[in-house]
Amino acid sequence: MGGGGMPATMPTVALLGAGATFPAPLIQTWTVQFNQMYSGVTISYNPIGSGGGIQQISRKTVDFGASDAPLSNAQLAAAPGLTLFPETLGGVAITYNLVPFGLANGTVLNFTPNVIVGIYYGTITHWNDPAIAAINPGVTLPINLITAVHRSDGSGTTYAFTNFLSDVNINWATEVGYATSVKWPVDTAMNANGVGAKGNAGVAGTVAQTPGAIGYVDLIYAVQNHLGVGAVMNAAGNYVSPSLQTILWAAQNATGTPNPADLRLHIVNAQGAQSYPIATYTYMLTYRDMSLNPDLTQQKATVLAYFFWWEVHGGQQYSSGLDYVSLPANVVAADEQFLLTLNYQGTQLLPSSLMPG
Amino acid sequence: MLDYNSKRKYSNLLYFFFASLCFLVALIPLISILYYTIVNGASVLSLDFFTKVTPPIGASGGGILNALIGSLVVVAIASLIGIPIGVLGGAYLSEYPGKFSYYVRLLAEILTNVPSIVTGIFVYQLIVAATNHFSAWSGGVALGFMMIPIVAISTNESLKLVSSTLREGGLALGISRAKTLIYILLSTARAGVVTGIALAIARVMGETAPLLFTALGGQFLIHSPNEPTTTLTILIFDFGTAPYTNAHAIAWGAALILLIMVLGLNIIVRVASRLKIKGET
Amino acid sequence: MQTQQARRSAQKQGAPRSSLLHIMLGIAAVAIPVITVLLIYEIGNGSIPSIQAYGLNFLFTSDWNPFPANGGPPILGALPSMYGSVVTTVLSLIFAVPISLGVALFQAELAPRKVRAPSLFLVEMLAAVPSVVYGLWGLFALVPFMRVYVDAQLGSKLGFLPFFTGQTDGIGMLTAGIILAIMIIPYASSVMREVISAVPTSQREACIALGATKWETIKTAVLPFARTGLIAGVVLAMGRAIGETMAVTMVIGNVARISPSLFLPAETIPSVIANEFTEVAGNGVYLSALFELGLILFGMSFLMNLAGRVIINRLGFKAKQ
Repeated sequence: MGGGGMPATMPTVALLGAGATFPAPLIQTWTVQFNQMYSGVTISYNPIGSGGGIQQISRKTVDFGASDAPLSNAQLAAAPGLTLFPETLGGVAITYNLVPFGLANGTVLNFTPNVIVGIYYGTITHWNDPAIAAINPGVTLPINLITAVHRSDGSGTTYAFTNFLSDVNINWATEVGYATSVKWPVDTAMNANGVGAKGNAGVAGTVAQTPGAIGYVDLIYAVQNHLGVGAVMNAAGNYVSPSLQTILWAAQNATGTPNPADLRLHIVNAQGAQSYPIATYTYMLTYRDMSLNPDLTQQKATVLAYFFWWEVHGGQQYSSGLDYVSLPANVVAADEQFLLTLNYQGTQLLPSSLMPG
Repeated sequence: MLDYNSKRKYSNLLYFFFASLCFLVALIPLISILYYTIVNGASVLSLDFFTKVTPPIGASGGGILNALIGSLVVVAIASLIGIPIGVLGGAYLSEYPGKFSYYVRLLAEILTNVPSIVTGIFVYQLIVAATNHFSAWSGGVALGFMMIPIVAISTNESLKLVSSTLREGGLALGISRAKTLIYILLSTARAGVVTGIALAIARVMGETAPLLFTALGGQFLIHSPNEPTTTLTILIFDFGTAPYTNAHAIAWGAALILLIMVLGLNIIVRVASRLKIKGET
Repeated sequence: MQTQQARRSAQKQGAPRSSLLHIMLGIAAVAIPVITVLLIYEIGNGSIPSIQAYGLNFLFTSDWNPFPANGGPPILGALPSMYGSVVTTVLSLIFAVPISLGVALFQAELAPRKVRAPSLFLVEMLAAVPSVVYGLWGLFALVPFMRVYVDAQLGSKLGFLPFFTGQTDGIGMLTAGIILAIMIIPYASSVMREVISAVPTSQREACIALGATKWETIKTAVLPFARTGLIAGVVLAMGRAIGETMAVTMVIGNVARISPSLFLPAETIPSVIANEFTEVAGNGVYLSALFELGLILFGMSFLMNLAGRVIINRLGFKAKQ
C-alpha cells in the first residue's frame, strides 16, 4: 500500500525500463519496494547507460528510460512526445587512488576546475605538477604519472562532468564540448595516460585497481569503493567536497522555480558558499501521451504513472540510505504538476485528487 | 661433444618434456578457473541464493532465481528450434549426399564459429527492432540459430558411423526410407545424436553476447517468454563488471552454478557414452 | 557410393519413394543457408547508412568520435577496433600455436593409453568453460596477476621496446591476448590432433622400422605430412579468436586507440559492438557503423573458417586414399 492516495491494489503487470547506471541502485530498490507493495507489479530496470536509455525509449523498445543527461532539443525532436522529469540528483566526484604512493588514507586533495581540465587535456601529467602542488600545500604529492580514467560508453556522468568543464574553461568548451561521450584529449596527448572504462562501475573499479589513477564517478560509487575524493573549487571560490548536503545546497541555490513544461535543470557550478560545483539531476524519460508506446496498454500506463508518482514521494525515503540526494521541495512540486499531464490518448492517467491540498 | 646417438636420445627426451609441459601449461588455467570459481562461489551459496531473485545492484542478500529460470527458459526455446531442425538437417546430410549436402555441411561448420556478437545483432535486427520489443524468446531464437549447425553436424557424424548394411537391409526388406531412418538408423545412432544434442545445449547455456540485445535482462521472475529476462550468463557479466563486492560475490556464485551445469552436462554425456561403448563390446 | 547403390537398388525393387521424407529433411537442411542469407541481409541492411556516409574510408579512419564537439555528424572509423582485433589475435596465436601443437602431439603420439582419454577429457573441459566465466576469472585473477608479476617485469626489463611502454594496470591488449590464447588452445589442439592422427600409420611404421626415435618419426614423417593441415588448424583458430567476445570485452579496457603498447587498454570489433550497441543514442549513422563493424567481423571470420575448412576437407579425402 503506497499511502497518500495510492491505490490499494494493482493488477499483474510487467514493465521494462533501461538507462543510466548512476541511479540504478536507487531505481532498482524502488522497483523492489514497489513490488513488495503491489506483488503483481514487476518493473525491471536495466542499467545500460544514459545513451542506451535515450535510444531505447526513442525507439519504444522499453516502457521508460532514465538518463543523467537532459535530452537535447534534437533528441526531443527525434522522438515526438518524449518528455522527462527529474527523480533524484547526485554529484560527480573526483576520485583518486594515491594510498599506494604514500598518501595517507582519507587525504582530501584540492582541485581547481582548471587543474581538472589540465589533467583531462593531458597537459598536467604527473601528480607533483606545480599546479596541483600549489593548491595542496602540506601534502607530499608522488612523482608518478596520472592515469586519467574516463567513460568509454555514453554516459550522463560524462555529460555532467564535461558540462562543468565547458562551463569553466573556454578551450574545453570549443575543442571538446560536452556530451554523453567525447573525444578525450588525454587519450592521444603525448606522455599522458588516458584510460576508458565502461560504466561508473568500470571507472570506479579501474581507479580502485590502478595506483595513481584519477577518475570522475557519481558520488555514490566513490563512497562505496572507499576511494579518495577531492574537494573542488566552486563558483564562490571555496573548495567543497561532495556530500549529500553540498549537492542539495547546489540544487536549492540553482534551481529557482522549475517550469513543469521543461524540467531540464542546469545546476552545474551553482552559486552558494558551500554548493558542490559538479551536481546533476538525473531524469526519467517517458512519453507524455503513453499510448505512443504500442506496448503500453492504458492499464500498464496507469501503473507506470503511479510508479513515477511514488518515486518522487514515498520513494525518496530510500535516497539518503543509498547516498542519493532527496529532491528539494520545489522540484517535487514541479514534478507533481508534470506527472498530472501524463495521459493515454488524452485521458489523464493520475487523478487530480493526488495533489496535496 | 655428445656422440650422435646420445644427441638423438636427448632430443627425443626434450620432445617428451616439451609436449608434456605444453599439456600441463594448458591445464593451469583450467585448475585456476575451477579454484577461483569454487572458492569465491561457494561462500555465497545458501538456500536464499536459489530461492530469491537478484537484489538491486550493490545491495547484499538476494539470489539468482530469476537468472536460473531465465537461463532454463531461453535454452528450452533454443532447443525447440535447434533440436528438430538440427537433427532433421543432419539426417538430410547423411541420407542425400551430394553437392548440395557438401556445401550445406561446409556452411554449417563455418556457422558454428560465427562470432556470437554477430548472431546477437542479427537477431536484434530481425526480431527486437522489428517488433520494438525485447523478450526471452528472441534470446531463445538467437541461441537456437546457434544450435542448429552444431546439432546438424553431430547428427550427421553419428549417422555416418551407422553401418550402411543396416540402411541397405532396411530398404531390402521393403521398409520405406522414412521408417528406415527413424526406426533403424536413428535408433542405432541414438547415443551419438543425444550426446551431440546435450553438448550443444551445454554450449548455448554458456552464451552471453547473443542475449545482451535480445533477452536484455530483468530483476524479477518472468510471467511469460514475451518478457525480457536475465540469465546466468547476463548476470555474471552485469554483476561481475559492477563496482560492488556484493555484486561480485553473486557473480561468482552464478558462475559456480553455471560451471556445474555446463561441465556437469559435459561429464555426464562423455561418461555415459563411454559406458555404453564398454557395455556394447 | 554405397548409399547411391542402395537407393538405386531400392528403386529397382520398387520400394516406396519417400519424397515426403526428402522434402521434410530438405527443409531442415535448407534452414542453414537460409539463416546465413538472412544474417547477411539484416546486418548488411543495417550497415547501409554507414556505408553511404563513410564509404571505403571507414576502413582507414582511426577516429571513433560519435559526438564531435562542434555538434556535427559522427566521425567513425573501423581502424582502432580492427587494429585491436588483429593484434590480440596475433598475440594469441603466438602463445597458442606452439602450446596447442605440444598438446596435440602429447595426446596423439606421446600419452600412454591410460593417460590419453583423461588428457582428451581435460582439454575438452577447458573448451567447455563459458566465455563469460573466462572473463570473470580474467578480471579478478588474471588481470591482477598480469599487473603485478608480468607487466611490471616486462616494463622494467624490456621497456625500451615500444610494446612494453605505458602505465599498466593489467587491463589491455596483452592480457586480452593471453586469455584469447587460453581459449583457443582446446580448439586448435583438437584440430591439430585430428590432422596428426590422420597421418597414415604406414609412414610411422616405416620410420620405426628404420630405427628412428619417436621424435625423429614425428619430425620427419608426421609433421611434414601434416603440415598443410596444421596450417589449416592455425587459420581456424584465428577465425575463432577474432570472433571471441565476452572474455576479451571484460579485460581489454574498451578505448578506441591505436598504439604499439600492449599494456594500454584498447578494443576489438566484438568488444566495441558489445559495449556500445544498446546505448547508441538515436544517432542513425552511429548504430549503422556498429552494424558495419559486425559485417566486417563476419566477413573476416567467414573467410578464415572457409579457408581452414576447405583445406582440412581436401586433406580428409587425401588421407582416406
